[in-house]
Amino acid sequence: MAALTLRIDGQAVAVPAGSSLLAATRLAGLALPVLCHLDGLTPVGACRLCLVAIEGQSKLQPACTSEALEGQVVATNTAELRELRRMAVELFFAEGNHVCAYCVASGACELQAMAVTLGMDHSRFPYQYPLRDVDASHPLFSLDANRCILCSRCVRVCAELEGAHVWDIAGRGRHCRLVAGLDQPWGEVDACTSCGQCVEACPTGALFHKDDSTAEKHPHPIRALQLRRVHDLPPRPDP
Amino acid sequence: MATVGALPRPREPAGELAQGSPVTPGRQLRCCTASGCRAGGAGPLIEALRQAQAVADPAANGLVIKSVGCLRLCSRGPLLAWDGPGGPALFALGSTDPGTAPGAAIGPEQARALVLAAATAPGPDTLAALDLEAWRPQALLPEGSPSPGPSPVGVASAPPPSPGGIGLTWDQMDLDHPFFALQQPLVLLHCGWIDPDSIEEALALGTYGQWRRCRSDLSPEAVRAMVHRSGLRGRGGAGYPTGLKWDTVALQPPGPRFVVCNADEGDPGAFMDRSVLEGDPHRLLEGLAIAAFAVGAESGFLYVRAEYPLAIERLRRALKQAHQKGILGPGTGLELELRVGAGAYVCGEETALLQSIQGQRGQPRPRPPYPAQSGLWGAPTLINNVETLAVVPAILRRGAEWFAAIGTDTSKGTKVFSLSGAVRRTGLVEVPMGTSLRTVVETMGGGVPAAPGSPGGGVKAVQTGGPSGGCIPAHLLDTPVDYESLQALGSAMGSGGMVVVGEAMAMPELARHFMHFSVEESCGKCLPCRAGTVQLEQLLDRLLAGLAEPGELDQLEQLCRMVKATSLCGLGQAAPNPVLSALRHFRAEFLAACRAESPRAAFAREPFPAGPALGPLPGGRP
Repeated sequence: MAALTLRIDGQAVAVPAGSSLLAATRLAGLALPVLCHLDGLTPVGACRLCLVAIEGQSKLQPACTSEALEGQVVATNTAELRELRRMAVELFFAEGNHVCAYCVASGACELQAMAVTLGMDHSRFPYQYPLRDVDASHPLFSLDANRCILCSRCVRVCAELEGAHVWDIAGRGRHCRLVAGLDQPWGEVDACTSCGQCVEACPTGALFHKDDSTAEKHPHPIRALQLRRVHDLPPRPDP
Repeated sequence: MATVGALPRPREPAGELAQGSPVTPGRQLRCCTASGCRAGGAGPLIEALRQAQAVADPAANGLVIKSVGCLRLCSRGPLLAWDGPGGPALFALGSTDPGTAPGAAIGPEQARALVLAAATAPGPDTLAALDLEAWRPQALLPEGSPSPGPSPVGVASAPPPSPGGIGLTWDQMDLDHPFFALQQPLVLLHCGWIDPDSIEEALALGTYGQWRRCRSDLSPEAVRAMVHRSGLRGRGGAGYPTGLKWDTVALQPPGPRFVVCNADEGDPGAFMDRSVLEGDPHRLLEGLAIAAFAVGAESGFLYVRAEYPLAIERLRRALKQAHQKGILGPGTGLELELRVGAGAYVCGEETALLQSIQGQRGQPRPRPPYPAQSGLWGAPTLINNVETLAVVPAILRRGAEWFAAIGTDTSKGTKVFSLSGAVRRTGLVEVPMGTSLRTVVETMGGGVPAAPGSPGGGVKAVQTGGPSGGCIPAHLLDTPVDYESLQALGSAMGSGGMVVVGEAMAMPELARHFMHFSVEESCGKCLPCRAGTVQLEQLLDRLLAGLAEPGELDQLEQLCRMVKATSLCGLGQAAPNPVLSALRHFRAEFLAACRAESPRAAFAREPFPAGPALGPLPGGRP
């Protein structure tokens, strides 16, 4: 298999050709913050947290959708990028209704973890307190749109892995919202197989098991690893 | 200079004109029926004129009354151009009541007088002397008035106008005025001359001739080389070299390819592409066909916004006519299809547009891969703006060197601008690249009338590039209009909308207006555009309400930079430009809108410490 080398944050790293910059960064042993990316799903580059600076390019590029190229010099953790990421997380918190203290996902929430990692202890931007709905019509799961960050992981996992395409995003701009079926109550959507993968994929407490209460949502113990092994890294040669 | 003002006479090689030109068949009344003049009642007007001709003297039979595209000076519409002895001449119908469309107010007698005058007047002056008031509809005339006589241009026998009702004005436009005289039409060469619904007129002027030539005499490589040498750059805003884009598509591995015409013109204040679509749709189709030939595509799409119903109607008809004539469609190697947008501004962004054509949600996706590599259904796709494609036939006809000689070193050819806002003369101008803003706005557009009581008055700024561009203050009006110069000032050429701002407009207000547009039109896919623009608009709201403190301007600027640096597509990346450019050139106005800083705010303004270096995330997924 063809390999290529590039330099990320000063360290040289060799990666299989065709790897994304995100995969390359991880191979270099570095962490990049992501919210919309989930190993195994088509990357969309929507959360803008994995933006990196590539030498010779004036625009920052999302690592999840950019292909690693031979000889690239990439910076993933500059002061500018840290500040931009912090502002992004502030915007995430300000645009929805994220109340960690009451949230089913507290302690297992990727948005919460991101805030901690990036040192975001409060938002400088005023909270928008949008009026959003809760859909508890499904027998097993619920959707609390207040906590949705529109990462579209559920949309992709349902369409790409389960093949049911129950979820989609409706509306535009700040009026974007997650809809089930043809904008129906989730419980009425025949296409839903109740597989629960959307709940697993959700980075926050927007999609959750009904029997979970505050801080009781936990990530599936091995699902993420399985997905990564299958899809994200180029296949390893058989021994 | 052979211009006839807004109606620059087509300057074609003699050979093509000789084969029966519809431009000078004797006496002709060309009525602009494009959207601008339609608003002034051009539809009822041309209907009234045709009916009047049917019942008028046989003397009027020699007059051709036809519907044409934009006659340029939109603010005076409905416009009528007259060809005849001593012509052409341009006339504007107006009404004394600003709430009434003049074209709809014309009475049958008035229409008859107008038709007769146009058919018999020995020169433009006689036609200009026509007093429509004398032919006011009977119902509005005082009891017992004698009915208007048949004399078409005389005023002596006409009854006195009644005091009530709506008066019509009839003015001749000065075609030697710089607004007309400085125009150099390439894209709009036939616009205003031909009937857009008639393929015969287009064919008679040589349209589709270069498409035929491509197929019989030229190789795709030769066509691409010509476009390359011409120095043509994309007219949609980014200014990417067109020849390079065509090469990129053509050089992709063998397989199907598509061409797409981006006619989703959405910038507020921009109506150049609409005028091409409404005035000369066949020229665009020819340009698109040539592009398809040059890159090896066998099918293509025209994506027109739904808000342009007349453009869609005319384009659809043009496409049908070209199919019937066997110029496009089966057997010609090119199938073109029209797609109508659904009201999303973001679908003017190329990747979102392609998604929309595919029937998906109109959202941009990260580039690369560029559409030239992977576009419609994964195939290499060439996507060009209307004006870019419409100028291609002229480049082929007159040669790349001829085109490259017009304009500046880096920006070749002409550019169509739609001039609107507080300016005296609103309308469509096509000028060589490198023309100064002052020439366009003041010499041609006539500047801004001074407000009563203010000594200076005039232009305060010019907003170019719509919600993706910025404003250029009056003292920089001598800037030449080309891609680089406008960018250096923090604005952008954009697609060609030029909104002139008068002294009365507060710049923070204008910035908020454009930010509100971006908030409404953000697709919501990426965070900075979806949530950042909302916060920006609210910061501007606070400022305009007098609640903001000077420190908040820093926050405004910081967030602007964040949205600009991190948004996914051009819409988000450019959304802060109106604010940033207004801050750059009119900061004093923003500061004046702030209230005094409180000690608490001074404390809150302390910068936050940057977060610690990233390690593995605690909790959550690996």
